[in-house]
Amino acid sequence: MHDPNWEPRIVAFFCNWCTYTAADLAGVSRLKYAPNVRIVRLMCSGRVDPQFILAALAGGADGVLIGGCHIGDCHYAEGNLKTLRRFRLLKRLLAGFGLEEPRVRLEWISAAEGDKVRCVINEMVEQLRPLGPLAWGQRHGAQGWQAASAAITPEAEAAHA
Amino acid sequence: MPKPKVAIYWCASCGGCEEAVVDLAEDILGILDAVDIVFWPVAMDFKKSDVAALPDQALFATLLNGAIRTSDQEEMARLLRRKSRHLVAYGACASLGGVPGLANQFSREQLLRFAYDEAPTLGADRKTRPALETRHNGHPLVLPELDETVRSLDQVVEVDYYLPGCPPTPKLTQAALLALLSDNPPPRGSVLAPDIALCDECPRKASKPQDLSFSEFKRPHQMMIDAEKCLLAQGLVCCGPATRGGCGAQCIGGNMPCTGCFGPTSRVRDQGAKILSSLCANVAAKDETAIQRTLDGIPDPLGTFYRYALPRSILRRSGYAAAETTPK
Amino acid sequence: MNTNSRNGDIRIGFYICHCGRNIAGVVDCAAVAGEIAKLPGVVVSRDYKYMCSEPGQELIQDDIRERALNRVVVASCSPLLHEHTFRNAIEAGGLNRFFFQMVNIREHDSWVHTDGPAATAKAIALARAAVRRVRLHCALETVRAPIHPDVLVVGGGITGIHAALTLANGGKKVFLVEREPSIGGHMAKFDKTFPTLDCAACILTPKMSAVRAHENIRLWTNSEVVKVEGYVGNYTVTVRRRPRYVNEELCVGCQECIEACVFKEGKFPDEFNVGLSKRKPIYIPFPQAVPQVVLIDRERCLHFKTGKCKRTCVEACADRHAIDFTQKEELVEIKVGNIIVATGFKLFDAGRIPQYGYGRYPNVVTSIELERLVTSSGPTGGDVLLRDGRSPKSVAFILCVGSRDFRTNRWCSRTCCMHSMKLAQLVREHTDAEVTVFYLDIRAPGKGCEEFYDKSLKEGIRFVRGRVAEVTDWALREEEEGKLVIRAEDTLAGVVRRIPVDMIVLAVGMEPQADAQDVRRLFNMSCGTEGWFLEKHPKLAPVSTFTDGVFIAGCCQGPKDIPDSIAQAGAAAAEAMALIDRGFIEQEPNTAYIAEAECSGCKSCIPLCPYKAIGFDEPTRKARINAALCKGCGTCVAACPSGSIRQHLFEDDEIFSEIEGVLTHA
Repeated sequence: MHDPNWEPRIVAFFCNWCTYTAADLAGVSRLKYAPNVRIVRLMCSGRVDPQFILAALAGGADGVLIGGCHIGDCHYAEGNLKTLRRFRLLKRLLAGFGLEEPRVRLEWISAAEGDKVRCVINEMVEQLRPLGPLAWGQRHGAQGWQAASAAITPEAEAAHA
Repeated sequence: MPKPKVAIYWCASCGGCEEAVVDLAEDILGILDAVDIVFWPVAMDFKKSDVAALPDQALFATLLNGAIRTSDQEEMARLLRRKSRHLVAYGACASLGGVPGLANQFSREQLLRFAYDEAPTLGADRKTRPALETRHNGHPLVLPELDETVRSLDQVVEVDYYLPGCPPTPKLTQAALLALLSDNPPPRGSVLAPDIALCDECPRKASKPQDLSFSEFKRPHQMMIDAEKCLLAQGLVCCGPATRGGCGAQCIGGNMPCTGCFGPTSRVRDQGAKILSSLCANVAAKDETAIQRTLDGIPDPLGTFYRYALPRSILRRSGYAAAETTPK
Repeated sequence: MNTNSRNGDIRIGFYICHCGRNIAGVVDCAAVAGEIAKLPGVVVSRDYKYMCSEPGQELIQDDIRERALNRVVVASCSPLLHEHTFRNAIEAGGLNRFFFQMVNIREHDSWVHTDGPAATAKAIALARAAVRRVRLHCALETVRAPIHPDVLVVGGGITGIHAALTLANGGKKVFLVEREPSIGGHMAKFDKTFPTLDCAACILTPKMSAVRAHENIRLWTNSEVVKVEGYVGNYTVTVRRRPRYVNEELCVGCQECIEACVFKEGKFPDEFNVGLSKRKPIYIPFPQAVPQVVLIDRERCLHFKTGKCKRTCVEACADRHAIDFTQKEELVEIKVGNIIVATGFKLFDAGRIPQYGYGRYPNVVTSIELERLVTSSGPTGGDVLLRDGRSPKSVAFILCVGSRDFRTNRWCSRTCCMHSMKLAQLVREHTDAEVTVFYLDIRAPGKGCEEFYDKSLKEGIRFVRGRVAEVTDWALREEEEGKLVIRAEDTLAGVVRRIPVDMIVLAVGMEPQADAQDVRRLFNMSCGTEGWFLEKHPKLAPVSTFTDGVFIAGCCQGPKDIPDSIAQAGAAAAEAMALIDRGFIEQEPNTAYIAEAECSGCKSCIPLCPYKAIGFDEPTRKARINAALCKGCGTCVAACPSGSIRQHLFEDDEIFSEIEGVLTHA
């Protein structure tokens, strides 16, 4: 199967004003949560291009978490609404790709909800554990993968070898 | 001085790209003045052994269309790569994987099972899986092996140029050949079509509103399509904004929305993701139920957004987790 | 040397901060520096105790000069804290400030993980991502935009008043918008203030008059903000001015119209006296109201309700004609550069704790009701009386009603101990009742407050420590007949007591205003978990919000007393003045831009921008972005189907490289 020491790796896209700040608050409050997340900071969840989510999944992430402001609270009025609509259709698309449901998640986390950051991350890590590594590049048999792909760098290849 | 040699070959394709060359009509004479076609299975009687006998790089250019999805096609792609100075991925299938690429939604086993075991038209006595090797009248017969995954040409060998389209237009084909033959060929790796989305040349551009907002999505068979108005404005999924231009907007001219065959611009890594992103951003609904209802108007996002580009998308093919369902 | 070099020689300096033990206690900083040193382009990789300090910054500046660095990455705390600091340092070192990327390995790593190796691996992954990303950065310039010099202050309590006066004295034009018909807020209802027992009205009313008289203050009462558009330096605010049906310019406050009203006596609950007295439909909120202008309650006035009224008020005002029944609501648009929100608090509804009997027993009152009773201009002329007019012989104060209570509000309302003791002393002054205070802890932190507590003890006020379980009128013994009995555990004595009293005063806590969520959305602010408006940083920026140009002050930010409210009002005014006097605001250049050659004119982006920064240029038939209006959210960038819109500082390539960077290491 897979390496018994394997830990789920989650790439998170957090919006600057709410979710990133909430994650800072979790830090300031010294809350403790699983170290499996890597946060990429963007100004708004509306900046999350679905290509980023796909690149993370194809690049070795086991899960992707998108964090934005609650509906109605977006610092830029309605950026998160666009995120929500994209996410809904993306989930259907990813189901068609055979991606397990818990692997891509959208959460609205306000600047004051440091504890929610902790809960969501811990919960997501535990949901991914039984699913095992996504290892998208290795799922498809010998011919599934070539280094010519635009999304995978030679270094990423080496990491999976 | 002998004319440059050109080969045209087809892999997993429909024959449309061959048609496109034929569609050059009289202009093909001009081409034939400039080059010698030395390998074109659909039209001429040269054999693989003729190609194999050539010195490496003896071919000036090969226009290879079709995706790579069998061992035989891979072998030919590698052979033609060795023998050609310029390898051109001709058409959507070679450039992006094309429509055959949609087979990447299924595993090889699922495809074979449906075709040879479960298809409704099979009689009980016809359920035979093809074998790779058999003997008939004492002679060995070999079939190529079907790959698990459909690939674009550049996922198998290095490609010098891309001519997108399903098929590429005669005009673009001619321009590409002339450009290659000129003293100043385009930089290696170029896509020989404009690097701007179709809307730029679309005759209906002026009728597209500046406040486009989708309250529903319709499919072509569900409505009477206005012949003058922007198709997106009518609620159809038109992939024009996410697709390279250069085709002369022929589908729009035929009153049908663009389905994305020229692939994405150079700035985009995954065409389907961008179509999704743009359409969803312009959805009017602001609450979950209404959003759901609007998006239900696109029943098959994978097929709609990745009709031509699935193998070249970021995820390339489906994983097998949801796998063993029979393809419909 | 400002090298904008995507193709040239990239020379990266990497710095990881120990932050004392904050980071180094969990993350192996030397190991991280060692790993990052191996990456292509990294010319120097150091770890240091305090990167944000002078010597830390100098370390970077020296390296820029001596090692010809053209990119810098610092792994330390949150960029929300120190990105600005390091960008300044780099600029001072001669490198464009945007050739910088910061890695958060404190708030997002060492402070939230205990597993050292895992935290170190995470730090390496994040640092690697930043090193890859920073290679793609370009030189950018911050954009300056002009700032409108006027200021809007929302809320006319003591906080808003002080902020407005400070700004006005500084020469700034101020719009002071207050929802109630008069300014003064809660403080106007107080008799005396702790710990000095100053007369509240004596210290408040001069400030209220100063507001009225100040040439730089435009005072709009009976008004509220309904729309805010724009951004720091350039806000357009719509204010709804509700009709008083009395012309403010003409009314002199003689109040003869009130005398003349067909209602001979007050019939409707007087809001200022918290329902303890009655008023007529035409009234002035309280004697020292500013503006000194009468108003008519449309819901109660006979003229409005039936059309049949002798309108004696109009007759009484025959010489000035100030009454105008045709007055309409007005929507006024103003332009300001900064906004200070000082909308205050509301009091906890004591009815939510039914066991205390508020609303059931007439002699259970709230602190604010008692405040009106002890005030000489209040409904009883300053006499502390029971509902039946008798003077109480015993009064009890119950503290922490709706505060420090997991069933209602968790926070401490900060002022109740002090104002309860103040009221206790005043009760002792006005009556000779025995006073008992039931408390959990006595919090008396301010200047003179601990001494005030001593004085309360010396005056013979009793203190019983224990949360009151219930108030009942079921007498079990003779001395309890006709009284209210408090049942509480006296935790210091270790017994459960029943203490009969005549009057009970509930020290109701402070809560955010009922419409706090709507108000904060109006101003693009956030609220904390408890519902108070959220400050940018609890220690370093208590009056700023995450929206530049919008400040908060006073109790809307959290419970506090008058000195602290005034301090925050001054702080907010200073912040606003600093922005205005500087003359410009600097906008982060994270704006979206369109590569004209690439745009197909598909128009998909145009409706997406909430700031209307994207327009369609007819001649070229392409979309155009007005950088001055763009706020940098990036929504259009993600949406552009041909990838023709890009974003400075958040380019697609930069983000893809960050994603690849975090994933290429375990």
